[in-house]
Amino acid sequence: MTLPTLNFLAILPLLILVAATLLVLLADLVVRNKRVLTFLGLLAVAASLAAVLLVRPAAPTFQGMTLADELGLFASVAILVATGLALLLALERTSDFTRRPGAYVALLLLATAGMIVMAKASDFITIFLGLEILSLSLYILVGFAQRDARSNEAALKYFLLGAFASGFFLYGMALIYAATGSTNLAEISKGIASHSASLPFAPLLPIGVGLLLVGYGFKLALVPFHMWTPDVYQGAPTSVTAFMSVATKTAAFASLIRVLAAVWSGDRPWLLALAGLAVVTMTLGNLAALRQTSLKRMLAYSSIAHAGYVLTGLAAGNDRGFEGALYYLIAYTFMNLGAFATIQAVQRRDQNDVTTEQITGLSTQRPGLALLMTVFMFALTGMPPLVGFFGKLYVFSGAVQGGMTWLAIVGVINSAIAAYYYLRVTVLMYMGGATAAAGDIPRTGWAVWTTLVITAVATLALGLWQQPWMESIREAVTLLALR
Amino acid sequence: MVPTSYFLILSALLFTIGTLGVLVRRNVLIIFMSVEMMLNAVNLSFAALARHFLDLNGQIFMLMVMVVAAAEVAVGLAIVMAVIRNKDTTNIEDVNLLKG
Amino acid sequence: MPEGYLPILVMVIIASAFAVIALGVSALLGPRRHNPAKDEPYESGILPFGDARRRFPIQFYVVAVLFILFDVEIILMYPWAMMARRLGLFGLIQMGIFVAILLVGFVYAWKNDAFKWQ
Repeated sequence: MTLPTLNFLAILPLLILVAATLLVLLADLVVRNKRVLTFLGLLAVAASLAAVLLVRPAAPTFQGMTLADELGLFASVAILVATGLALLLALERTSDFTRRPGAYVALLLLATAGMIVMAKASDFITIFLGLEILSLSLYILVGFAQRDARSNEAALKYFLLGAFASGFFLYGMALIYAATGSTNLAEISKGIASHSASLPFAPLLPIGVGLLLVGYGFKLALVPFHMWTPDVYQGAPTSVTAFMSVATKTAAFASLIRVLAAVWSGDRPWLLALAGLAVVTMTLGNLAALRQTSLKRMLAYSSIAHAGYVLTGLAAGNDRGFEGALYYLIAYTFMNLGAFATIQAVQRRDQNDVTTEQITGLSTQRPGLALLMTVFMFALTGMPPLVGFFGKLYVFSGAVQGGMTWLAIVGVINSAIAAYYYLRVTVLMYMGGATAAAGDIPRTGWAVWTTLVITAVATLALGLWQQPWMESIREAVTLLALR
Repeated sequence: MVPTSYFLILSALLFTIGTLGVLVRRNVLIIFMSVEMMLNAVNLSFAALARHFLDLNGQIFMLMVMVVAAAEVAVGLAIVMAVIRNKDTTNIEDVNLLKG
Repeated sequence: MPEGYLPILVMVIIASAFAVIALGVSALLGPRRHNPAKDEPYESGILPFGDARRRFPIQFYVVAVLFILFDVEIILMYPWAMMARRLGLFGLIQMGIFVAILLVGFVYAWKNDAFKWQ
């Protein structure tokens, strides 16, 4: 028997993250000053990021299980950046809700590892493992404020619906396995192309793909599988919400793109199904966001709508659409993380949310925070020249190119609806008389400022300066070789 | 030998029972058990298919699912315990602070 | 194929028939003389107290949950154990890493007093 040679270079970023998780857990037992652990986490994220960017293995696959290709690289960078920012964001505020900041950092790193596994996975086994690693870590993180009944409730709802969704996810995989005789995406793709009809369980394929889509729908919070999102986003500690709202989407969308590329038959009905999902997702998300008074809930519904925009890119079914979707994910990472970071900066130490009433007149008390919030709200609305605008431009033009002009029109109408509730936040901050006492807003520390400035600058700069990394996105999409 | 399709049908039935359990029951722990039932139903499919295709991947998948399910139980029970400490209930309809 | 299961079916029938007959005959023919001592759940044991559905303290649940985790992780060792000889040192090192990771979790739980009975 020949032993396989293991290509550890292809999974180096993951090895760093997992080793760092274990290290943080052990260090937590001996270190008195828990802030050190956050810095350890940041160091691990930086090392992992360096490994992603600098170490390009000669062979990109690890036993056919994961694939360190351009798409994986792209998603890994977006996820790691989100983790780094979330760690910074949590640095000063973990003590508000927990006495175990060490476990918090460890779980955040573990969730990141899971996300990267999922984004790079090229086999159903690894996709499922990645999904579960990230989900299990997030269930705990959502309920991390142990004494807060809302956090408990959010964790319970997220857990029950997440586990339920995992069941569908898994069953979809089992049926596709039945239909094609393989769990490997490349093999599945080959199988469908050549001998699919000859296998006895081939008719199970569409059911499997459908169930898999339901599973992804839950994880990505697509309507009608979105019920958990507002509750979970509101109940979870704000730094966790900021992290999970962006990084989970990147991982799950990257994985969905891979799976679609493998089972892709370019069939119009499938594309129309995706387009239908996109339409209901963005419309219902935006309509529900209109009447929210809690900012976290509003952003939760807005995140549902944004998932709909990204899905528009996938439904387009062409390279342009996929590129747009990837661009949108990175844009969304920065603008949404920034928005949640501002919420965390404004929220009181004994609270886990901010109401529209509390931000009324914020500009007189905290002009800096109000200005940054305005930038993020404008970006989420899709105003040029911020990233949000280009994201929308690319996915909608992808839809037009794919012969779905109606989808692009629905998207544009939706952006107009969304502008109302984003701009309302800005109007309240600048026009309203101050209601909240200035003393209620805790001092904003350097770590949160760093997060805010990085996200704000990226929101602006990545819109103006796109050339080099758009090329990397293009390469990622070309390599997928959509049939 | 029992045909593979029998196993797949049984697995589909078990999965449906699990799904209905999640949708119908109101006790958190029972919902939890129903989810486990769904996972194990899928495991049956994997085992049967691994035999059908003479493919090890199905068996490996099954082992992974079992381990993941155990981890899920641990996390899930911890969350349920936290809820019980704060609210003293296992009925999902009593867990209703967040809405809007 | 189904014929192969015939002996099992016969055994199931005989076993259930025996149980039904033994219990049924003694219930029909046996005399019944009630007295308070006899009606207790345990005639010669500790006196029962309280309601059986009473809630009980749950410190033990952490240990139970950890037990499930470490117990089930062991199944990942079975494939290796089957092939241990042929995998040789390569497999041994990999298993060593796996166990080391589990050990970190164990130490973390231990140092956080998960195994202490309050």
